[in-house]
Amino acid sequence: MARLARLALDDDEVGRYAVQLSAILEHVDAVRRLDTADVPPTAHPFPVENVLRSDIERPSLDRDSVLSQAPVAESGRFRVPRIMGEAP
Amino acid sequence: MTEYETVVGLEVHCELSTTTKLFCGCRNAFGDEPNTNICPVCLGLPGSLPVINRRAVELALRIGAALNCTARRSIFHRKNYFYPDMPKDYQISQYDEPINVDGWLELPDGSRVGIERAHMEEDTGKTTHVGGGGRIHEASYSLVDYNRAGVPLVEIVSRPDVRSAAQARAYVDELRSILVATGASDGRMEEGSLRVDANISVRPVVSAEFGTRCEVKNLNSLRSLERAVEYEVERQIALIESGGSVSQETRHWDEGDSSTHSMRSKEEANDYRYFPEPDLTPLVPDAALLAAAGEGVGAMPAERRHRLSSLLGAGSDLATRTDGSTDQVVTVVDLGLDELVHGAVAAGADPRLALARAANEAAANPDAARLLDPVAFAGLVKMESSGRLSATQSKEVLAELMANGGDPAQIAGRLGYEQMDTASLDAIVDGVIVANPLEWKRYREGDDKVAQFLLGQVMKSSKGRANGKLVAQAFASRREA
Ligand SMILES: [Zn+2]
Repeated sequence: MARLARLALDDDEVGRYAVQLSAILEHVDAVRRLDTADVPPTAHPFPVENVLRSDIERPSLDRDSVLSQAPVAESGRFRVPRIMGEAP
Repeated sequence: MTEYETVVGLEVHCELSTTTKLFCGCRNAFGDEPNTNICPVCLGLPGSLPVINRRAVELALRIGAALNCTARRSIFHRKNYFYPDMPKDYQISQYDEPINVDGWLELPDGSRVGIERAHMEEDTGKTTHVGGGGRIHEASYSLVDYNRAGVPLVEIVSRPDVRSAAQARAYVDELRSILVATGASDGRMEEGSLRVDANISVRPVVSAEFGTRCEVKNLNSLRSLERAVEYEVERQIALIESGGSVSQETRHWDEGDSSTHSMRSKEEANDYRYFPEPDLTPLVPDAALLAAAGEGVGAMPAERRHRLSSLLGAGSDLATRTDGSTDQVVTVVDLGLDELVHGAVAAGADPRLALARAANEAAANPDAARLLDPVAFAGLVKMESSGRLSATQSKEVLAELMANGGDPAQIAGRLGYEQMDTASLDAIVDGVIVANPLEWKRYREGDDKVAQFLLGQVMKSSKGRANGKLVAQAFASRREA
């Protein structure tokens, strides 16, 4: 699971999180035992719909200040390590 | 020998022509300086929150309506994956509750392709690979531009109803026309506004079940799509015939060697761990959204082609397409010049000539042509069909009319395109006969093929001012004399 989420955990952390995750999974299991046939899935916690904004341009960030916070930048772009495969 | 049937389903990603991105107010523009249209939302910075662009929803609904889909309540999901083109490490997309479902698209040949869904999602950033000739596997590192990250997309997923490479091409061609006609997209495949993936499989014609399919990516033009389907079908049949089997995989079309290559992606299926995006509310196609989506949308290309074709008369001998239209009709509708032609014909212009000038000369500068006054355009066409202007002169006047506007008769006068008087024309015709005795003899003996040559000579001597019809008459009367 740590690999799926790209997290580097040491043995202590693995042990600690395993306990916490078990508690979460137990709770999920408890919910699963309930009869939810007539309950629609919750997509959003509040009963609101169509929260939209107008298609009006707003200023973007200054490129130099953004790139200055990147580990490496080159030619106005973020420089990233070699990519090992095509996008999924 | 077993006969095989081609089965293709198409996924078309269409960038919407909005002013701003899907979830933030950054500009949606192609070709800007890299990373100049970025903000905390589209960079995925902690604490930033997305808000849906109303216009993008309207355009998505508009596309759905044009594709005969049903609009429904929809929600957004997070599609989780790690790749540098998505700074959030997830893409916001619609998953099992898309905004448009169950439509169809009718092609010019009358066939129908089912549309499974047309859903909304955000585009990803653009990577450039440095070193190794720009190929991903041999590159030493990559550069990322996030201007495109968050640009609104509609992904149109067809049902596997397409049965040939030509039909796949016709489908995308027609879909492109519709997207342009609705104003939802500029439809530019070469700029990536429209991107096509094809799911291709083959099966013995007697089989009721589909074969294993391959998804082919990197189809950047209609031509690539057609060639890739042809290639892939041949490859799969050869594989099956030699006792092998097709494995389900993603393949990359390589324009250079005209073939598809396995992308050798990881064996494991991608686990995107989709879950509902908690920062966005559900979308409901209410009356206000549907009204705005439908506002100002005119007739779709199929109907407009039909209207324009009918100007040429039923069963026109010019028809080159199965729906009775001509390539000129298709071009004129595609460029939005059909109203110009209709207006000119209403003002008395000859339909065929008006269509020809619109499809050929006006089409060279469609932005200017759309602003042409139909009455002025009709005036020009009438001057040409009456013989007042030669074809060459007519094209020059049209170019001037598009560049600076004005009255075609005045422009013709200013350019010195006075109709050649009979005496001058006669002198040139007689001169050509004297200078080309052999050709004249063949023409007199009834060889009509040489007529074109003699006409060309007159055009040359008159510097294009002579009227072709009158020249033909002059030669004919001298032959009979
Ligand atoms: Zn932004």
